[in-house]
Amino acid sequence: MPKHIKLKRGFDINLAGKPEKEVSDAPPSDTYALKPTDFLGMLRPKVIVNEGDTVKAGTPLLFDKKQEAVIYCAPVSGEVVEIKRGEKRKLLEIKVLADKQIVYEEFTQHSVSDLPSISREDAQSLMLKAGVWPQIIQRPYGIVADPVDTPKDIFISTFDTSPLAPDFELLLKGQGNFFAAGVEILQKFTNGKVHIGVNADAEVSSVFSDVKGAVVTKFSGKHPAGNVGVHIHHVSPIGKGEVVWTVDPYGVAQIGKLFLKGIYDASKVISLTGSEVSKPQYYNTYMGACIDKITEGKIEHRNVRHISGNVLTGEKIEDTGYLGYYHHQITVIPEGNEYEFLGWMKPTTDKLSFHRALGLFSFLNSSKKEYVLNSNMKGEERAFVQTGIYEQVLPMDILPEYLFKAIMAEDYDDMEALGIYEVIEEDVALCEFIDVSKHDIQGIIRQGINLLREG
Amino acid sequence: MNVLRNLLDKQKPLFEKGGKLEKFYYAFEAGDTFLFTPNTTAGKHGTHIHDAIDLKRMMITVVIAMVPALLFGIYNVGHTHFLAVGELAEATFMDKILIGGIAVLPIVIVSYAAGGLVEVVFAIIRRHPINEGFLVSGMLIAIIMPPTLPLWQVALSAIFAVVIAKEVFGGTGMNVLNVAMTARAFLYFAYPGDMSGDVWYYLGDKQYADGFSGATPLAVAAEAVALDGAQPVAATLAGFQDGLFTFWNMTLGLIPGSIGSTSFIAVMIGAVILVATGVGSWKIIVSGFAGVYILGLILNLAGANEYMSMPAHYHFVMGGVAFGIVFMATDPVSAAHTEWGKWVYGLLIGIITVIIRVMNPAYPEGIMLAVLFMNVFAPLIDHYVVQANKKRRLQRATV
Repeated sequence: MPKHIKLKRGFDINLAGKPEKEVSDAPPSDTYALKPTDFLGMLRPKVIVNEGDTVKAGTPLLFDKKQEAVIYCAPVSGEVVEIKRGEKRKLLEIKVLADKQIVYEEFTQHSVSDLPSISREDAQSLMLKAGVWPQIIQRPYGIVADPVDTPKDIFISTFDTSPLAPDFELLLKGQGNFFAAGVEILQKFTNGKVHIGVNADAEVSSVFSDVKGAVVTKFSGKHPAGNVGVHIHHVSPIGKGEVVWTVDPYGVAQIGKLFLKGIYDASKVISLTGSEVSKPQYYNTYMGACIDKITEGKIEHRNVRHISGNVLTGEKIEDTGYLGYYHHQITVIPEGNEYEFLGWMKPTTDKLSFHRALGLFSFLNSSKKEYVLNSNMKGEERAFVQTGIYEQVLPMDILPEYLFKAIMAEDYDDMEALGIYEVIEEDVALCEFIDVSKHDIQGIIRQGINLLREG
Repeated sequence: MNVLRNLLDKQKPLFEKGGKLEKFYYAFEAGDTFLFTPNTTAGKHGTHIHDAIDLKRMMITVVIAMVPALLFGIYNVGHTHFLAVGELAEATFMDKILIGGIAVLPIVIVSYAAGGLVEVVFAIIRRHPINEGFLVSGMLIAIIMPPTLPLWQVALSAIFAVVIAKEVFGGTGMNVLNVAMTARAFLYFAYPGDMSGDVWYYLGDKQYADGFSGATPLAVAAEAVALDGAQPVAATLAGFQDGLFTFWNMTLGLIPGSIGSTSFIAVMIGAVILVATGVGSWKIIVSGFAGVYILGLILNLAGANEYMSMPAHYHFVMGGVAFGIVFMATDPVSAAHTEWGKWVYGLLIGIITVIIRVMNPAYPEGIMLAVLFMNVFAPLIDHYVVQANKKRRLQRATV
């Protein structure tokens, strides 16, 4: 019987535009891109292809000079059409114009019965070479794992409680064998356990609950109950000097597929969600897809914001932008770039609030009510005033206000002592949402992480 | 509303960088954002949606919670005026409101104007936005003063408090002491003659009726102890001036005192608003009253004099303890910031209040000093809570 951890603190943001459980083929995008900016830890990206080169799915495009072993590969086959750089020649996107029929680089193929006999070294070199390694994220810091580490444990969260989050069961439909193979491979890398966190509030598919050799833990509660950081905190918290790896279920399946089929398969199911999407549902596409074809004709208004990922942690992209490496959804919400007369005191029931201050009556609505929220900040940035609020949406034994202030004061000792190793942006995203003083809290956390990595 | 918006947009360039009135940008911004929630949107990274709350809404909620106390205060100043001059029988409800308004509203207006002006000047000099915190402080400063306070003293205390208690630390959110309590403490020690003794009845140009005493319940209770063969305090109070200080009358608040703090009932309506909206910490309120009650009971057991033997619940309705705990102690910036810390902080405020009241002959009321004292100690309380958290984390570390 798996352990059941009940989380009391958190907040579910119930947005309009949830996807229907229906998967269609998206119209194929013309171009697909690898964005070095998706990898937060990447310090000095180096491109190894030139514009005009032809590549296969799984051909190396890029590596980080500070971590040369990890190779980043092309998601599809085709021609490298543009290497886009921004200010100070910062590398932004490597775009590949896709072939009609995808050609794959061939890697060593294994049968299921071979898997136990593969050594860690062999597994590692294949994963590094074939481009699936960046799927492994290390904690602390939330960056691509360092191949020389042996993590204390490896964590996989099989559900996402973020607003409009896609359902991983649908994303991995028919890929149970790849997921199981991926878990088996990952077990070679740790002396501890592979932990799988499942949703206690829903029917869990046997893909996740019956995996051999992994420790399953059930979690129930509001968002961020599905965050892998929360799972780590409650199952095996990270101390100073310890390293834990996390992989999302799609990444696990991709690793499994590499070993069983011998290819770098970047095909994926994503969801197109949000209040501005006329028929939110799931689509088949590939990693790094340009979203223009996927969203074409499905957006009702002009003044909208396209987000790769979810509304809490995603990235704002152009309507011709590209899906992020780790993202399984595109969210489209109204852009809130308008003034509102006396907006700060007008009584309202349509604006969602965690608080119940003057005129904020959304707590009276039924919990099933779906909200249409725009991207307006709904106030100006101020000093920290209200206390005891962040704790209510961060189900960890952490004092968020003190942690944020330690980071802002660049106090390294306090940051460490107050638990910066245990959190990344997604864990404090709700703190940012409910913040009365409108701080960029995810930015603050990343700033602290960068300080520690440099120092 | 488009007309107004266009008007503001037209003026905006004047105040922006390079404009003629660039210096006054934050003054313009304060007005602009008061009328219109700005059109700023979330950044490229980070949360793309935001909660509908902001600091303005939070602060105005506190102001609304104070309205019952203010309105009752206006009525009560009028009521006690007629009581003191011996014309209560002839006075109508409107008479009382009128007299109360004449006494109280100038104090509120002067407090807002003087403190607000300092805020604006600092915002312009220091180039920071005008903070909404003064919405609350301005009202608080006014209604914790005696109704007879000269207006220049109201202005002086508001200016002193905003500058010394807040702006020198960096503005709202950075202050150590509660701003309004600092204003009151400043006057209390700088102009004691206008802040204590016979100042609690607004007389206007009239005189006390013959034989009428201007004492407050706390003063009566404190004096009762010194007398030989003292009666129980509850009886002394009930017998004072035709039952003016019965328990019920003090709960209702038809007694002399600071403008807004006499009515336990009006203050508790405010407490319900603060707790229901989550703006004020219920932990501080509960533990504050608990502290008062617990020490009250302990003193009952000791019973060395009649004041000590006074029923503990009398402390709730006398003086400003309820108002202080509900509106002053809960100021999130100067209170303890940690949840455990709030329990300790509130409890000690209650306890210290009663200690000062009962055991210190120099000060009849203790809530003001108790809150300021604990403001200073709140960071220490938090320090221990934070250390405990760090320790838990350290214990599970392997290296």
